[in-house]
Amino acid sequence: MSNRPITEDDLHAYVDGVLEPEREAEVAIYLEGHPDMARRVAAFSDQRDLLRKALAPIADEPVPSQLNLSRIIESRRRRPSPVWWAIAAMLMLSIGGLGGWVVRGSLQSSSGGLAALAQEAAYSYSVYAPDRVRPVEMRASDSAQLVQWVSNRLKQPVKLPDLTGSGYRLMGGRLIATSHGPAAMFMYDDDRGDRLVVLTRPMISDQSAPMAPHSGGDVSGFAWADGGMGYSLVGQAAAESLRPIANEVRRQARMI
Amino acid sequence: MSDMLHLVEPVIPALRRYARALVRNRAAADDLVQDCLERAISHWNQRREGDPRPWLFTILHNLAVNHFRRSARQGKHITIDEANEDDFGQDAVQEQKLMYQDVLDKLARLPEDQRAVLLLVAVEDLSYADAARVLDIPIGTVMSRLSRAREKLQQEIEGTADGASKNVVQLRSMK
Repeated sequence: MSNRPITEDDLHAYVDGVLEPEREAEVAIYLEGHPDMARRVAAFSDQRDLLRKALAPIADEPVPSQLNLSRIIESRRRRPSPVWWAIAAMLMLSIGGLGGWVVRGSLQSSSGGLAALAQEAAYSYSVYAPDRVRPVEMRASDSAQLVQWVSNRLKQPVKLPDLTGSGYRLMGGRLIATSHGPAAMFMYDDDRGDRLVVLTRPMISDQSAPMAPHSGGDVSGFAWADGGMGYSLVGQAAAESLRPIANEVRRQARMI
Repeated sequence: MSDMLHLVEPVIPALRRYARALVRNRAAADDLVQDCLERAISHWNQRREGDPRPWLFTILHNLAVNHFRRSARQGKHITIDEANEDDFGQDAVQEQKLMYQDVLDKLARLPEDQRAVLLLVAVEDLSYADAARVLDIPIGTVMSRLSRAREKLQQEIEGTADGASKNVVQLRSMK
């Protein structure tokens, strides 16, 4: 018999039947000597039984066809995946891009702006975030090389946002081709596997622009520009939950 | 895909039970479970190895929390009175049915966070550690919420069992 005092936690674990046999025996002996506690523990056990019995019929009901797993899987298969939509969108964009090329002179001021950046970030999210095999080209473990690589290509010192304070870990990143030159993409995920993308590149127009929300499809995000560099944060979470994270990225980017 | 079917399908009845005990409305609960299954399918590769139950409950719980927030924002709340009585205990004999209905009404009066812990631990048989993961809280918080939930539910049960008995008065005056 151990000398460890009986705790409240022991009593609950006793009720739930999850104690080691030895400890369970100790609690049983303790309860024999403490009838008040024994009554309380018995009442909790009755309560537990009552709850289980009251809720058991729900689990016994036939599962409605709405929740037929094979059918849900099947209907998802028939739906084109987000990746295909993204590729289709990219094709549309490149067609649009060619058309735009002709009138480039007149459109230049707006085409490289915040709206374009936001769209590039959203496309990058749609293409890379669902990728289970290789969402990033360089992993977080090589983050120093990643930063050096993208800084060289963007010809700008790029800072890697640290979002651990917001519950997101860096997965890694890659270089993205945009019609306004290379952009750096960083990807993050949280404990639930939800992913975020931060895209940054030098700005042609809108060199400095306040943070603005953007959304399309099932992704939303925020874009802004500071000192010639544009940033966009995109994710599937609700916009209001992305805003503080975007603020954090901006705050870190401003600190040199 | 077939291992997913094997691992997830057996958990569906328990997911329905948890969702229904939380939101107390059959249609809303099943919608949450459907949402949960869709997400589980699309994020299947992101689960951690081993028993997928805690992972599935995590997805469902977060969806339920969002659902609560949304209905609170819209000022819409399914009260106990609105819920269909037949939603619970279809085949139970009448007296038992009333008793079950009664304990579920009392359960519904617990604060949301206490109710979730009690359901996950006492009904869904999740370990304390898994319940902590599902709710994203430390295990110590699981234990204290479990304790508070049981005490409060017991007070409610004893409160009706002997009406306005001395027992209840004593319990309350001790606080």
